[in-house]
Formats: sequence, structure tokens, C-alpha cells
Amino acid sequence: MSFVETIRGSLLWPMLRKEFIQMRRDRLTFAMVVGIPILELVLFGYAVRTEVKNLPTVVLDESRSSESRGLITTLEQTQYMRIVGAVGSREELRSAIESGRALAAIVIPPQFHIDIKRGRTAQAQVIVDAADPLASGAAISGAALAATISAARLAPPPAGRAPPLDVRVRPLYNPALRSAVYIVPGLIAVLLSITLLLVTGISIVRERELGTFEQLVVTPISKTSIILGKLIPFVVVGYIQMTSVLIFGKLLFNVPIRGSLMLLYVLTMGYIVANLAIGLLISALVRTQIQAMQLSVFFLLPNMLLSGFMFPREAMPVIAQWLGLTLPATYYLRILRGILLKGVGFEYLWKDTLVLASMSLLFIFFSVTRFRKTVQ
Amino acid sequence: MLTPTTNVDDAVVAEDLSRRFGQLVAVDHVAFSIPRGQVFGVLGPNGSGKTTTIRMLCGLLEPSGGTARVAGFDVRTDPEEVRRRIGYMSQQFGLYDDLTVGENLDFYSSLYGLGGAQKAERARELVDYLDLEERINQLVGTLSGGWKQRVALACAIAHKPTVLFLDEPTAGVDPAARRRFWEIIYSLAKSGTTIIVTTHYMDEATRCQRLAFLSRGHLIALGTSDEVTHQFGKPTIEDVFIELQRRDEGAQV
Repeated sequence: MSFVETIRGSLLWPMLRKEFIQMRRDRLTFAMVVGIPILELVLFGYAVRTEVKNLPTVVLDESRSSESRGLITTLEQTQYMRIVGAVGSREELRSAIESGRALAAIVIPPQFHIDIKRGRTAQAQVIVDAADPLASGAAISGAALAATISAARLAPPPAGRAPPLDVRVRPLYNPALRSAVYIVPGLIAVLLSITLLLVTGISIVRERELGTFEQLVVTPISKTSIILGKLIPFVVVGYIQMTSVLIFGKLLFNVPIRGSLMLLYVLTMGYIVANLAIGLLISALVRTQIQAMQLSVFFLLPNMLLSGFMFPREAMPVIAQWLGLTLPATYYLRILRGILLKGVGFEYLWKDTLVLASMSLLFIFFSVTRFRKTVQ
Repeated sequence: MLTPTTNVDDAVVAEDLSRRFGQLVAVDHVAFSIPRGQVFGVLGPNGSGKTTTIRMLCGLLEPSGGTARVAGFDVRTDPEEVRRRIGYMSQQFGLYDDLTVGENLDFYSSLYGLGGAQKAERARELVDYLDLEERINQLVGTLSGGWKQRVALACAIAHKPTVLFLDEPTAGVDPAARRRFWEIIYSLAKSGTTIIVTTHYMDEATRCQRLAFLSRGHLIALGTSDEVTHQFGKPTIEDVFIELQRRDEGAQV
């Protein structure tokens, strides 16, 4: 007997058919499956910016020369800074930053062009409001980059000799330092855990609340068939969501797919199973849909914040890093970014895969043993 | 009088059946037996342990103590064998509102192991028997109480169970539909199905061949309608019921 025939012969088949009919009819679930990936993609892709661009900047140009204007243009061209006005004095500069009109300022002293012409080291100053470390950090590196480029251009090396200075920052994997490229792959991890964990948990608890669970478990259907019948449709939903994020991520944000898609789809299974098992466990621990939702959010929040989805784990306190290690998303994010952005193969991902697989087995064991074919 | 006479032909045998929820003893050493083909009523005020008893007999709830055999199998050790042989209509309507009448019937028939031509034929029979033809493609959620109950019954008897449990089946159903429902119950009993029904309606209680009265988890009377009224020295079952409720409330104060 083939595998398909075995499934058809078991009570899993009617259970699956029933779940798919219900899913098709439930407009809310359907909207969640189709709408949420696109909504989140647009939301996170466009709105979340962890890199700083167009920092409002004022200029105090005391040199008033073609050399000083050249430096200002170069700084603006890095796009890290946007000139919002010129100021006439140090006091004006200070008030512009204190009022928040500007977050940075460029100060070019009177002797700037004279120093350049005479071959002396020309100095210019970039002042940054360092209250926002993320913004200022980016601005400082942007300014340094611009200054280096300007210096090379303003003082061209003698013919036939290498430029005296050639410092280039070359960001790997994400040359334009765009957030979307970093965020969108991670979005797959977040979306999958929302769908698989929250919706699965709720779908089982809803049957308990409505009383349909009682009518269901009084039939000879096995525990395994109920669980698989509930979970398999969401595996399908998860893969559909993942595929749509990949497609729209490519179309809207040009997120690259450098590695093997096949490998990604296979390794994603471990993450899907881990989340489904947690959803199942939640359904066994709570009595109402509201409780299921609360418990899910309790889990989903650290999943977003500590897994490295939005903030680099390396920058977190040690305790947060440890907590992050207990989350399946942490390992799955490495797999996602590894395959999509770096194009690496299984030889670099087997450790993460192994951890994810062990977690899945552990969660499945706990949730299946907690699942009862009885009512309270 | 409360000691059951164990008989291999009995469809249901409960011995010292108990269930505790924490401190609360919901069912306390209840014992009875029900012969094949009997319509057996379980009566008692709210919270007397009727639903808990039924749930234990269906294998939905594990007994804290005692044993029960249903359709020849122990509910503790062979719950799956029991489930194959029983039908159950829960107090709270348990079918899927977002499936049609036909889809619900098909789903439950499949779960009870019917398939192919056999399933189609049985569906035909049930639709004719319960006049479901014109509602077959309607979503169950849009049906009235009487129709819902009829569809639930169709799903509960799809596999021709030997024992049928009905937990307050006629709550919220109009009188005409209730009468029709009882006609169906009698015809099922006549064909050999054992029926255990809990009810609040006294006219329904008198339709049962034997009654069990529960009060705060205890079985306090067991017998025919006449035997029970005689035991309490009351003219009607309703008077017995009111007397019980009064005692219960007195005990709580």
C-alpha cells in the first residue's frame, strides 16, 4: 500500500479535508494567510530603518571657497547627511543642534582652502548630536568616508604615484547598507512563527471553546490524526507565506536569493515543526482563545527582539544573548540570511540545523504527551 | 436495591463510579446497569453530576474511582473500543457551524470508519429517516435549534452505535420538534439501541423506561417512574424532582 493510500485509509484524511474546507470558508484566517505577509513586508521593508540616512545637517563655512564647497557637496553625496541650512556663528550652530533642527553640523575653518593650496593638512570638523548612538555612529562613519574621498580628490597625488591615502569601506553582503535586505529575510522567520504558533494554538483552543472538540474526541479518531490534521494545513500555509515574502521581497526591495532555494525550503521544515509544536503546547496549557493569544505574544515578543531579527545579538547584554539561544528563530535567522544573503551551503549551516532539529523533537515530545483526548 | 445485577447482556454497567475535581466530588460511587435496548433517563438538578457521569461512560473523562463497562468494554482500559460502539450528542451543540449539513454528516461518517458506497448508502438512509434532504447544502450555523439537533443525531448514529448517549438533547427545541425527536428515540430503541438520556423536562422523564436520580453526585433513586414516585411518596416525578432540589438547596445553606 502506498503512502497516499495509507493516509486515505486513515482517519487523517477526513480530518484534513475538513480543515481545508473550514480554512477556505473562514475569511479572517484566509485574509491572515494572504494579507499579513504583504502587509508586514511593506511595513517592515519601508518603515524600519536601522541605518541612518539624510541626517539633517547645518553648515558653518568660514572658508567660503571652492574647496570648502567641494567638501560639503561630497558629504551630501554620501547621503548620510542632508544640508538643511547654513549658520553664521558657533552660537547659531549650537542652537540649531539643541533645538533639534539639525543632528549634525559641518564646520570649515577660514584657513581651509589656504591649507589645501599650501599642501598642509586641511582640517574640517563634523559635530554630531550623539544622543542617538545609532544615528551618530552612522553619521561619523559616513563623514569619515566622505572626508577621505574629498581629501584624495582635493589633493591629487603627483602623476605616476599612488594616492597618499586610499581607505575604502566595503560593506559585505549588503553594499548599499539597506535595512530591507537585512530585515526582509528575517521577516520570514517572524511571519512563520506568528502563523504557526498563534494560529495553530488558537485553532485547537477554539474547537475546545465551541464544544466541537468534545464531539470530535468521542469518535474513534486517534490523537495522532487529530494533531496531524490540525498541523499539516498550517505547514502548507507557512510555505505559502514564505514563498510570497520571497517573491515580494525580490520585487519590492530587490532582496537577493544567492543560495539554494531547495536547501532553504528543506531546512525551513525544522523551524516550522518547532513552532507548530509550541503552538500545540500552548493549546494544551490554556482554556480560552484569549489566553492562547496572550501566551503566544509572551513567546513571540522575545522571538522578535532577542533572536537578532531587528537588533544584532552581538550588541545585546549577555543574559539577552543566552535567552536568544533558547529561541528557534535565532538559528533559523542564521539559516535564512546565510542562504539568501551570503549564498552559503549546508556545510556552514549544519550546526544551526542540528540545534533546530533537536529543539523540534523536544517540543514535539512535550506537546504530544500533553495533548489529551479528553475534556475538562 | 442500588446494587447492579451484572449481566453479560447489559449495555452499560457502572460500578462505584466516582469523579473528583480537586476538592469537589462531582460523582460519588454511582452504580447502575442498563439492559440492551432500554431508554434510560438520568435526572437531577443542575450540578448533580449528570454530565460528568455521561462523559465518564463515553471515555471523555477519566474516572477517579470505580469502573464502567459500555458495550462490553471497559472505559478505562479500552476507551477506543468503547468509542467505536457509542454515539454521543453533547449538551453544547458540537457540530461544525461552518460546514454544511452534508459535510458534517460525511465527516463524522468517515471518522466512524464508513467509506465509499457504504457511506453514501448510510447517508441516504439518514437523510430520509430524519428529513434532511432540503437542508443538505445549508451551513449548520444557519439552522434553527430543532434542525441542529436532528443533524447532530444523524451524525451520532451514522455508524449504528449499540449505545447512544444524549446529554440534554432537547434543550432549546420547540415542542413539535421534541415530540418528533422522541418518536425517533423510540424507533431506535426498538431496533435494539440502548439510549441514555439526561433531561430537565418531566414529561420526557416519564417517557423513559427506567430512571436514575442524581443529587450532588449521589445516586439516590433508581427504577421505573412508578417505583421512584413510590419510593419518595410523591404523586409525580415532577414532585420528586422539586423535593430533591429543595433538599439540595437546604444542604447548601
